[in-house]
Amino acid sequence: MLELKNITKVVGADTHIHPTDLVLERGSLNVLLGPTLSGKTSLMRLMAGLDKPTTGTITFDGKDVTGVRVQDRSVAMVYQQFINYPAMTVYENIASPMRISGKDAATIDREVRKAAELMKLTPYLERTPLNLSGGQQQRTALARAIVKNASLVLLDEPLANLDYKLREELREELPKLFAASGSIFVYATTEPQEALLLGGNTATLSQGRISQFGPTISVYRKPADIVTAKTFADPPLNTIDLVKSGDAFERDGITVLPVPAHLSGIADGAYTIAFHPHHLSLARPHQTAATLKARIIISEIAGSESFIHVDCAGSRWVMLEHGIHDIEPDTAIELFVDTRHLMAFGADGRAIGGSADSHTVRGA
Amino acid sequence: MEKTWNNKAWFMVLPVLVLVAFSAVIPLMTVVNYSVQDTFGNNEFFWAGTDWFIQVLQSDRFWDALTRNLIFSAIILTIEIPLGILIALNMPKTGFGVPVCLVLMSLPLLIPWNVVGTIWQVFGRVDIGLLGYTLAALGINYNYVNNVFDAWVTLIVMDIWHWTSLVVLLCYAGLVSIPDAYYQAAKIDGASRWAVFRYIQLPKMKRVLLIAFLLRFMDSFMIYTEPFVVTGGGPGNATTFLSIDLVKTAIGQFDLGPAAALSLIYFLIILLLSWIFYTVMTNSDAQS
Amino acid sequence: MARINLDHIRHAYGPNPKKPSDYSLKEVHHEWNDGGAYALLGPSGCGKTTLLNIISGLLQPSEGKILFDGKDVTNLSTQDRNIAQVFQFPVIYDTMTVYDNLAFPLRNRHVPEAEVDRRVKEIIEMIGLSDRAKKRAQGLTADQKQKISLGRGLVRSDVSAILFDEPLTVIDPHMKWVLRSQLKRLHKQFGFTMVYVTHDQTEALTFADKVVVMYDGEIVQIGTPAELFEKPKHTFVGYFIGSPGMNVLPARIDGSSVDLDGQKVALSFAPKIAAGAKTELGIRPEFVRLGREGMPVTISKVEDIGRQKIVRASFANRPIAIVVHEDGEIPAEPKITFDPNAINIYANSWRVGGEA
Ligand SMILES: Nc1ncnc2c1ncn2[C@@H]1O[C@H](COP(=O)(O)OP(=O)(O)OP(=O)(O)O)[C@@H](O)[C@H]1O
Ligand SMILES: [Mg+2]
Repeated sequence: MLELKNITKVVGADTHIHPTDLVLERGSLNVLLGPTLSGKTSLMRLMAGLDKPTTGTITFDGKDVTGVRVQDRSVAMVYQQFINYPAMTVYENIASPMRISGKDAATIDREVRKAAELMKLTPYLERTPLNLSGGQQQRTALARAIVKNASLVLLDEPLANLDYKLREELREELPKLFAASGSIFVYATTEPQEALLLGGNTATLSQGRISQFGPTISVYRKPADIVTAKTFADPPLNTIDLVKSGDAFERDGITVLPVPAHLSGIADGAYTIAFHPHHLSLARPHQTAATLKARIIISEIAGSESFIHVDCAGSRWVMLEHGIHDIEPDTAIELFVDTRHLMAFGADGRAIGGSADSHTVRGA
Repeated sequence: MEKTWNNKAWFMVLPVLVLVAFSAVIPLMTVVNYSVQDTFGNNEFFWAGTDWFIQVLQSDRFWDALTRNLIFSAIILTIEIPLGILIALNMPKTGFGVPVCLVLMSLPLLIPWNVVGTIWQVFGRVDIGLLGYTLAALGINYNYVNNVFDAWVTLIVMDIWHWTSLVVLLCYAGLVSIPDAYYQAAKIDGASRWAVFRYIQLPKMKRVLLIAFLLRFMDSFMIYTEPFVVTGGGPGNATTFLSIDLVKTAIGQFDLGPAAALSLIYFLIILLLSWIFYTVMTNSDAQS
Repeated sequence: MARINLDHIRHAYGPNPKKPSDYSLKEVHHEWNDGGAYALLGPSGCGKTTLLNIISGLLQPSEGKILFDGKDVTNLSTQDRNIAQVFQFPVIYDTMTVYDNLAFPLRNRHVPEAEVDRRVKEIIEMIGLSDRAKKRAQGLTADQKQKISLGRGLVRSDVSAILFDEPLTVIDPHMKWVLRSQLKRLHKQFGFTMVYVTHDQTEALTFADKVVVMYDGEIVQIGTPAELFEKPKHTFVGYFIGSPGMNVLPARIDGSSVDLDGQKVALSFAPKIAAGAKTELGIRPEFVRLGREGMPVTISKVEDIGRQKIVRASFANRPIAIVVHEDGEIPAEPKITFDPNAINIYANSWRVGGEA
């Protein structure tokens, strides 16, 4: 169990990590989700012991490891910009951590071949990294982290250069691998979709603060505040500021949206209403969907789906539609909001109504 | 990326500090001791204050030798650094040529200093030396014993032959660490050969170049063995550098006081110049 | 701007290639239209970077010719081909400022300084680094470096083509949205021929008119995003495009119906298949309907990925993936049906047309 207690990191005048508490269980998969510069790498470096926190303590299985150097702890880390030894073969690159820890030749060979198989590197074991494609080089670095069999494995956007299908497979395989060894697995990514596919727990990070930590799917469905909701949205979250008055969300006294059943209990007043792009559609999804008038800004086709950017009630929204919809800019259309999935946030940004069933993390 | 601050690091360097104290500071103190006293043998010492320093600084002999040192180092640096870079740039980066080149380059560095002197002394002799004989046969009047110019050329060529390899190896280490992608990008960006050197290769070599520069400066400024073996400081005083002068004063004339003062001045000059080079070169790095 | 022809290009990194497996590019014969926007999609190691480097002249192909607008440029240097390329891993000149980095390709070609300034300002604005223009590029973060790399590729307005090798990988999703639409706008404005390598299907499909799918050193299909999705020519394309990929089930064709290990499915056509060929049925998870009617399945796992659920099940003794809407319910006795228009039939992994 890795426990961060009231950790902060201040460098010069900049606060990289605001006070953070976090508990990661053994055998668990934990995703750090946030945009670049949100503090994912800083937090990982603290966990690894590469940097010393300005305040706070880090314990591992109850033992204080705050000042302990990374060399003296069982940590493996793969960076976004991975590093291989250029003069060694792929085999030797993968074997290097085991050679250092003095494993016997048979074990090394077995582990190297196992990791290479998983990373689909078997045909390239005798080459040097310079004679590989970009993705193959990154897989070599990943394989090295795997064979290290560390109790804390930190992966900083490790799949960014891997092809889509391999990522799909690794998302399946990696958690199994680490769960079996009982290690704690921390995975940083900027992509909400990747977090959802990985499952496990997710901590959403924004500007050096963890805004929420809990089971991935519940953080996604019930964000505790608007920052979390925005961090966990791709394509971007659609928002609009409205005033609840009885059974209507209004702006300037004009009804924009009806108040759906799950929000009927909240007090009248000003709210930020938010919803995901796939809850906006060109066709009525069901009986209670609300109708709005909008103007097309641009349509983008993405294979089986289209992203349609619209201007609606003065807000710029994105609609995610199945199928190919290449609508001319400036066309006036009618669109539908699936109000069952609306989220409401108060003036302080906290979610209102609908129970947030994941526990939140203090972020002062 | 910031570094982890660790107080224990000081304990690690403690042994080095002790070693430096014994190997440098204590002998240095002895020298300081000599430099401010006078002795006529019999282990009797008289306080001389700064007399020796003033004497040394006022002597033409000192200024002449210092000028020779400065000129020699300047020539060595202006030739060896660019030549070293040039050779490093043209060395193969892959294939079987790499080990061959590296071994060839290391050869001069492996030869002991005094042997280098002897080799060249013999090499350059008109009667039995290959070089001297060939030059003489070509009708070139070459004689490092009598001719000042020839003596200097011999010393410079010797030093270049001996030490350029060091610059080459350091630069080469910097060059091979440049990923291929940089050269590819430069081609796409239409960069000239010069631009590739100026914006890709030079920045990557900067650190090692600084080290090469300082090493070569200090070393050439302290040149001793080569002129001692080959020219013995002559013809006349033409190749009497500070180091040679020092030994002449200390051992030849047994003037320990002035010799000690001279060696301290010598030491301070090297320290000062190295420090100036270092700050100037690292500053330009930080600013631009 | 140019039309680019690859005439029977083959490439091997090692000397004396003999077996097909010695070749990193097996055989590529293809025309890239002038002003076309192409996405190049394929698994890691299939030869995408190799292909780009051959087009730009960084690599000499072992065999074959490259033509720009009909002119043979196979032996021309990179500089003479006038191509912009953005690399898989960002390259920046760290002793230069951000501004000078972007100006570099223009100054090397002696573009007048006023024009340089205009172009650089425009690009720097687009990649959102205006406030760092005069700063040295050294201390920048990975994504900023990548933006500079991208910017250097876009700064020249006179290039024959721009080649992108996964230019947006380390850039966060919100910025990707912005840059992607900017790229599209630049493409419309200048009409460059663009080839864009990516692993991200959304990126490929939003950016390109035509998607080129490569597999093991060969081009297996070129088509619009919709064609790739609906009618994958090869089972590999079906598997590679879409997440999860197409379900491919061993099938026995019986006139205009198929037999999937005992389960019969009617087809809208009668595929003609050579005797002895391995036959398979392909159906995308999106076109499998889960309900109370149809063929029985056993559900093993439901993955909730937010917008939709992926149901992993066993059907006719084979694993099958089914995509269910986020609000869709999963019945107690699950059965499935296939959308008849979305069924593809494959013989020896290649699609057999019924209508075509
Ligand atoms: N310099 C090289 N020497 C020898 N083989 C190489 C070299 N570069 C690439 N290869 C091999 O050629 C094949 C194609 O490589 P390429 O770099 O074109 O792949 P890619 O499609 O760009 O992959 P990725 O998505 O991983 O970057 C790979 O199998 C790779 O191992
Ligand atoms: Mg590549």
